[in-house]
Amino acid sequence: MKRMITIACLLAGAALLAGCPKKATTVQPPTAGSQVGGSSNTSPNGGASTSGSELGGDNANGGRDAGDTTGPLARKVIYFDFDKSEIKPEYTDIVKLGAQTLTARPGLKMKLEGNTDERGTREYNIGLGERRAQAVRRALMLQGVAETQITTVSFGAERPAAEGDDETAWAKNRRVELVYQQ
Amino acid sequence: MNRSRVLLAMIGLLVLCPRSWAELVVEVTKGQDDAIPIAIVPFNSPTEAGASFDVAQLVGDDLARSGRFKSMARRDMIETPHVGASIAFDDWRRLNNDYIVVGQVQAEGADRYNIVFELYNVLTRQRLLGYQISANKAGLRLASHQVADMVFQKILGIRGAFATRVAYVSVLGHLPNKNYQLVVADADGVNPRVVMQSNEPLMSPAWSPDGQSLAYVSFEGRLPTVYVQELKSGERRRVSARAGVNQAPAWSPDGKKLALTLSTRDGNLDIYTLDLASQALTRITDDPGIDTEPQWSNDGRSLYFTSDRAGGPQIYRVGIQPGDKPRRLTFQNSYNARPRLSPDESQLAFVTQEEGAYRIATMDLRGRGDVQVLTRGHFDVSPSFAPNGAEIIYASRDRGRGVLALVSADGRVQERLVSSEGEVQEPAWSPF
Repeated sequence: MKRMITIACLLAGAALLAGCPKKATTVQPPTAGSQVGGSSNTSPNGGASTSGSELGGDNANGGRDAGDTTGPLARKVIYFDFDKSEIKPEYTDIVKLGAQTLTARPGLKMKLEGNTDERGTREYNIGLGERRAQAVRRALMLQGVAETQITTVSFGAERPAAEGDDETAWAKNRRVELVYQQ
Repeated sequence: MNRSRVLLAMIGLLVLCPRSWAELVVEVTKGQDDAIPIAIVPFNSPTEAGASFDVAQLVGDDLARSGRFKSMARRDMIETPHVGASIAFDDWRRLNNDYIVVGQVQAEGADRYNIVFELYNVLTRQRLLGYQISANKAGLRLASHQVADMVFQKILGIRGAFATRVAYVSVLGHLPNKNYQLVVADADGVNPRVVMQSNEPLMSPAWSPDGQSLAYVSFEGRLPTVYVQELKSGERRRVSARAGVNQAPAWSPDGKKLALTLSTRDGNLDIYTLDLASQALTRITDDPGIDTEPQWSNDGRSLYFTSDRAGGPQIYRVGIQPGDKPRRLTFQNSYNARPRLSPDESQLAFVTQEEGAYRIATMDLRGRGDVQVLTRGHFDVSPSFAPNGAEIIYASRDRGRGVLALVSADGRVQERLVSSEGEVQEPAWSPF
């Protein structure tokens, strides 16, 4: 048994050292499709300032982040307790500011990205992330934001903000990110 | 089912070379105490360069990896017979072997080989199997797995699954620049092939019943979309890109429909079925809770799924004809999710939470619904049955890394598959 594991490990090590195996047979992986406007493999994060650029086409297919790191259009984050989607009191100001900005500029849109920590099954976590995004959406609409200005997406546990199998990391991952789009 | 040997255009290799192929290594962490001792004697092979493939080694590795066999070490073999007539049974009996396999690889011409092998019961000296398989050089590995399948089935009465494949998601790199790959490898972790890669998450690989295609969820464009990709050609079609959630694709047994999870504008997740040819969409659940993770029954008339309509996630079953009311199946523990059926529908595997730990459990669907928790980790999720129902592959975490693991359906054998690089998750075992 041990000898086989050793052999297997040596083979795996040799395969690594040899770089790409010569007899590798794969199907050429398709490049990620670009059905949405703009490049689909890069997502501008803070710093890639694109204010002023309009995206044509279907609004439902995501837009481009407004990209500000400071100021009223900066990305904001609301954090949640485990297994909860209620917005805690310390985040009501973020909601209020968001509602004020959106109601003042009816052409401005916001994407709410819902996330969970890694615990549990992945597909059910997509549902929990969506539940959190919807909680923020409802709060914004209650403060007068038009339904058409808000879209939600859930990444579940797939896009953690912090890595680690402990509550420190988990607390940073249970979140909704409020992303302005132009 | 044939496994394709599609040659990659050099472009693909050049694109992928900078990242190592993360191969999986299998370690048996808990074998059966009563594993059957078997001797797989090295086969007699032609010495020319073409046929230096060690069939016996692969057969022995396969059988040992199942946890049900103990393969005799070569250094303990004092003789190396290649045909039944040469076997000195008393010698092999004295070395405590119950079974012996002997054989040869014969060259038959340009790139054509014949694997000839025999299986004997050492005690009774009875020949149980005599067989030959023809293969070209590239097919010797698959043919060796087929030898292991036949030996396995002859002795245990269970069809072997050594010649099958697993799909899984490999995640490389670190935040914020992770790279996601959808990988298909042989069931022993060898020959990983990247079939799709992206800078955004990939989830939920699901094999079509004919083993030719994978459905999966891709977040390219930062929105979840369900794709169906044909493995041989690499061609894929977008099958659901509706506003909101598009998740959890599951193939109907006839391969004509997908069950999947969609959402309404208000974020209500429910289960629908999609006819792949006509694109007709049928809503199956209509409940304010989260309904997701559908799986078809073998007769294609019901769906098992996860729902938290009663508070926490539990597993339900519903007929797909209109008006059928979902029936709850799980009552033990406050979290039960991600149902997967054994191929004969005798068992349901799922994720249960006990004492804060997420573990793989099975429920006996034919008896009184007894539940058995099979694993002991803290983050054991994503179970998938082997097509012979004998083992379950699942995702776990080991020292902060995502790994895959195997447990036999009765819980007696446990194994871990460690990737040499990055993390692996979301395994899906192919059909036969």
